Amino acid sequence: MPDSTTAARSDGERGRTEPTDPTDPTGRTGTKPGFSLGQGPGRLLVWLYGVFTVAAASRSIVQMIMDFGRAPLAYVLSAVAAAVYAFITYSLVRGGEGARRAALVCCAAELAGVLVVGTWTLVAPSAFPDATVWSDYGMGYLFIPVILPVTAMIWLRRAKR
Amino acid sequence: MITALTVAVGGCALALAAWCGFAAYRDQPTKDWHFIGMAVVSLLALVQLVVGVVRLAGGDRPDQGLPIFLAYLIGSAVCVPAAGFMSLSERTRWGSVTVAAGGVILAVLEVRLYDIWGG
Repeated sequence: MPDSTTAARSDGERGRTEPTDPTDPTGRTGTKPGFSLGQGPGRLLVWLYGVFTVAAASRSIVQMIMDFGRAPLAYVLSAVAAAVYAFITYSLVRGGEGARRAALVCCAAELAGVLVVGTWTLVAPSAFPDATVWSDYGMGYLFIPVILPVTAMIWLRRAKR
Repeated sequence: MITALTVAVGGCALALAAWCGFAAYRDQPTKDWHFIGMAVVSLLALVQLVVGVVRLAGGDRPDQGLPIFLAYLIGSAVCVPAAGFMSLSERTRWGSVTVAAGGVILAVLEVRLYDIWGG
């Protein structure tokens, strides 16, 4: 049990970035030891992405084992979603400029995936006999799959400072 | 499974979420009392895990399949401890938000568990 009474208060805006050295000739933070992406608001993102990694991965694994032939497209898409979530979680934990950019790209891919699959399931429901994480824009998951990448991209842009 | 237990775990999880959400609203990290609350909810979820396994061992089967049921059962048992662990190293309001989110997720898992078991 931690002694939480000594815990520092914070508005979540501190301690994330290394102070930029003005004498650094490259002027890039990426050349320094990585700044943290998983602190402050990023901690909530790590948690939610972690949960969705487990949710999507276990869903696709269970479905593939039980009956892959029923809806192979849906199950493969769930597995792809799990991989994307896992990579973003890892990037958020790793921190640093490289991870930040990689996570940004993956969040954009994730958002595109949600929108494409969401539209696809509405236009051509017959292609999906079984649901994926991204079906109907993630309605079965309280629309978190569509909210999460937007939030993460806002956070990743702000974390650059 | 036992409906009363499922309702109890879900209700306590929501209460924990509200409590930690309030702490976040007041710009506070999770304190010792919050961790005691998490321990209570975790204990309930653990009891549920044991009850579920015992019911399975007794020959009962969930409506929507054994693997899905087991995945949700284990997930609901580790959900709050994982959130608490993450808030340990995040001594800001965002640690409280993380635990609050964990409570909501556990409540959702309980609803799904109820569906999967079939009442």
